[in-house]
Amino acid sequence: MTAIDDAAGAASDNAGTTTGTAAGDWELVVGLEVHCELATETKIFCGCRNGFGDEPNTNICPVCLGLPGSLPVLNRGAVELAMRLGTALGCTVVPSVFHRKNYFYPDMPKDFQVSQYDRPINVDGRLVLPDGWVVGIERAHLEEDTGKSTHVGVAGDSRAARIHEAAHSLIDYNRAGVPLVEIVSRPDIRTAEQARAYVNELRAILTATGASDAKMEEGSMRVDANVSVHRPGQPFGTRCEIKNLNSVRSLGRAIEYEMGRQIELLEAGTRIVQETRHWDEDAGRTRPGRNKEEAEDYRYFQEPDLVPIEPGADWLAAVAASLPSLPAERRQALAARTGVTPPDVALIVERDLDGFVLDALEAGGPADRLLVHATNNLVDGAGAMTPAGFAELARSEAGGALTATQAKAVLAELVTTGGDPGAIAAAKGFEAMGDDALAAAVDAAIAADPAAWEKFKAGDRKVTGFFVGHVMKATAGKADGKAVSALLAQRAGGG
Amino acid sequence: MTTTGSDAVTIAADVRAGRRRALDVLEEHLAAIDAREVDIHAFNLVLADEARAAAAAVDRQVAEGRDPGPLAGVPIALKDNLCTRGIPTTCSSRILEGWRPPYDGTVVARVAAAGAVSVGKTNLDEFAMGSSTENSAFGPTHNPHDLTRVPGGSSGGSAAAVAAGFAPISLGSDTGGSIRQPAALCGVVGIKPTYGLVSRYGLVAFASSLDQIGPFATTVADAALLLEVIAGHDPMDSTSIDRPAPSLVASIGEGVEGLRVGVLTELVDAEGVAPDVRRRVTAAAEALAAAGAKVDDASVPAAGLGLSAYYLIAPAEASSNLARYDGVRYGLRVDAANTADMNAASRTAGFGPEVKRRIMLGTYALSAGYYDAYYGKAQQVRTLIIRDFAAAYERFDLLLGPTAPTTAFRLGDKTADPLAMYLNDVCTIPSNLAGDPALSVPFGSGDDGLPVGVQLLGPALSESTLLRAAAVLEAAVEEER
Amino acid sequence: MTREDVIHVATLARLSLDDEELDRFTVQLAAVLEHADDVASLDTEGVPPTSHPFPLVNVLRDDEVRPSLDRDEVLAAAPAVEDRRFKVPPVLGEAP
Repeated sequence: MTAIDDAAGAASDNAGTTTGTAAGDWELVVGLEVHCELATETKIFCGCRNGFGDEPNTNICPVCLGLPGSLPVLNRGAVELAMRLGTALGCTVVPSVFHRKNYFYPDMPKDFQVSQYDRPINVDGRLVLPDGWVVGIERAHLEEDTGKSTHVGVAGDSRAARIHEAAHSLIDYNRAGVPLVEIVSRPDIRTAEQARAYVNELRAILTATGASDAKMEEGSMRVDANVSVHRPGQPFGTRCEIKNLNSVRSLGRAIEYEMGRQIELLEAGTRIVQETRHWDEDAGRTRPGRNKEEAEDYRYFQEPDLVPIEPGADWLAAVAASLPSLPAERRQALAARTGVTPPDVALIVERDLDGFVLDALEAGGPADRLLVHATNNLVDGAGAMTPAGFAELARSEAGGALTATQAKAVLAELVTTGGDPGAIAAAKGFEAMGDDALAAAVDAAIAADPAAWEKFKAGDRKVTGFFVGHVMKATAGKADGKAVSALLAQRAGGG
Repeated sequence: MTTTGSDAVTIAADVRAGRRRALDVLEEHLAAIDAREVDIHAFNLVLADEARAAAAAVDRQVAEGRDPGPLAGVPIALKDNLCTRGIPTTCSSRILEGWRPPYDGTVVARVAAAGAVSVGKTNLDEFAMGSSTENSAFGPTHNPHDLTRVPGGSSGGSAAAVAAGFAPISLGSDTGGSIRQPAALCGVVGIKPTYGLVSRYGLVAFASSLDQIGPFATTVADAALLLEVIAGHDPMDSTSIDRPAPSLVASIGEGVEGLRVGVLTELVDAEGVAPDVRRRVTAAAEALAAAGAKVDDASVPAAGLGLSAYYLIAPAEASSNLARYDGVRYGLRVDAANTADMNAASRTAGFGPEVKRRIMLGTYALSAGYYDAYYGKAQQVRTLIIRDFAAAYERFDLLLGPTAPTTAFRLGDKTADPLAMYLNDVCTIPSNLAGDPALSVPFGSGDDGLPVGVQLLGPALSESTLLRAAAVLEAAVEEER
Repeated sequence: MTREDVIHVATLARLSLDDEELDRFTVQLAAVLEHADDVASLDTEGVPPTSHPFPLVNVLRDDEVRPSLDRDEVLAAAPAVEDRRFKVPPVLGEAP
């Protein structure tokens, strides 16, 4: 498939959807290559633990250390996680083989990487962003990770140095042989925002399927971006591959920077050179990678020590049947139940809180309060709180028994300790103010600043906050802000 | 040539029955080593102390009424490309000098569990690349029948050790003939099993899709016994055939009555096959016919392409398998200013010329622009060879041909001309490419009085049939004497 | 196979060859490739390649942890070690 065909494919998939077009008369094209460590117990070709942060060189054996005479045996768990992911991405799971990619690098024990080359396990899928934009998935294949190098600076300075400043390097092979899946998108992404959304959605799918914990900060998810720009209607431009992207934020920044760099060059009449560039987070720019000492010639050939994977119909059916409900379906389900749009509940689903919220809805919690709290106040999950407790809290708040501020405080404690929201509120001394007491407090505030009140009466609603703050202070936060606003409006209207 | 006058079957039976002590058997063999090893150089390392401890353990088991296993007290020599835990495993290469594997290869563990006593690690062409054992970094092995001649290779040390009576049995590896050709040149039995019958775990790889471990022995029965011990599925080798290990010893005397034997014309007429060798093949065909086999001429046309295909595939896989010797994790390091230069300095100092030649050849065959013409094409030729063999096996139960083109040649005769050396493998290579079993059994002598081996080839997992036919030839040559 | 090919291949294979070796290898490798011309020039249209002589599929192991090696034993075999890691001279290029 050529790049132009790809563009046509994406365009038809995304017909009727607004394309985000770059500033000026340039269109951005991005394809992403995402490497994810699979969440297996053991490595892809041996029984060493697949662990993060263990003592250096403790999870090593003859196989993952590439000792003479050792042979790989494929981990069924890695294959099944790759099949789960592929199925979740709508890929066709096909018969596949492994190849050797030959190049010398000290963190690679055999000096070749075992990877899937022209016959990958998953092909031709799609990932639908929460807003409906469709990004094609070319392939999602299995391969082994490399070890980890630490570059050590000169004169005994043991702090990590940049590679070109290093006096020597130290290698830990714990990560060598950890199973990876590389997910290669088609160049269907048109904005930096879509790129971020793609990575977030992919991460949601990876965690939902149990394929990976997908933590960019721990390196269990690594993203490379192929970026090019072109005039609308023209063929795609020459692309550059951006590496060293350590967060979704860096990804967005790097794409925007790179787009600007390429447009500037093209407008100055300079051609783009196809190359690998590294994102420098501190400098906020991409830089060319260091030149290879030798031409790339990986001499791929089929790995003779491994045999083909041929998933039969039964195996495929079992994998498909074991898949959980995926983020897109879950967003749809929660949105339908609560009367909002799927993007509105994206964060809740991403945090795996949608089931909890649905249970709280069943227990009689009001949708709007549940969604607000699940979105804003349950960043680390529901903790010890039960759905029933969550529902009761939301009901109390909606009924005016607790103010928003009080509800938030009770919620925090519920998450930590569990228990009954009513009892927690009582223990904190949160009791709803009687209507009379509230009215008295509002009247006192009006009386305290007649000039401001005149403004309010004249329609200047900017001073609302002033009065609400005054009442809050006077009632030590017990007043409900909304009730105060309503009373103020009533008093102003009543003359 | 056996000086201790005892085969593995007899030794194991005697030791198990308590008629003989394993330690006494071992001492007889160590004495033979003491007497002739200095001239032959079959070993990179003799493990006298370890062997005495192992033999004593076998004797204790017998004394305690336990069965040490089918190889009870049988001395065995191990090719020095089989990983032995804590014991140097060099592949006769400077690059691995002093390296002690932290694990035992599967076959090493299996022979030990069967009661065999390892007497040493045998010499080989560096990384099993060669046909004369002259490519060893530690000096050549000499043929026990004539010290001025090569023992063949690459498992020359294992073949010579058995021929010299240093051990009744030994293990070698065969990628293009490295068991069968030295077996022929040293006058012993050697088997290359079906690819996947014997686990490769712990065999330092040369060419992964061709390598197989197999036995050397002075008798067909001993070879069958050893193969029976090492054969069978191993979960550590993905290419290991997941079937019960075949019974080989029991059926060895069943003869060849009614078997269809094809004399493989492509091997008999192959480049460089000497008339005296050809005559022994004819004699073997007659012996099989006399024993009741139906003998006819057979043809496997694509076998003629075997040598060329092999010298593209094997170096290609080797170039990748040997990349790991980079001076980072184990073995030789020659320091340099950066890692790439250190890799190159270490590899340049650590590998001998033949290994470098094959790495170069293989790297070229896989490189951009040449893959299709060389490696890709060779893999297709492999398919053609497999098809032609399959067609031949519809008409024949087994095939017969020479093992090596000539008897043992003189040390130094072929070292200057790699292609001439490669031609030694012309008759043995097709079986490796097809993955089928083949064996070499001694069948008399050439005009120079040196041993000639004939080769029996069969379809996958036909070892039992091959051994039956080999036993018939073994008996026939006894009678000839 | 030209002398330039030999130089290129030696670089890919991380081998340093002196002039004499370059000349010798150029001649020797060319001879082997010339012999291989019967294969290289063969019409194999439609013939599938064979990678495994004994066809097997789906050889898999269960995802269960097995003991790893003792670190000290492994590091003892290494040419250079520092801070529980394998030590190498500076690495010039980035990994691909």
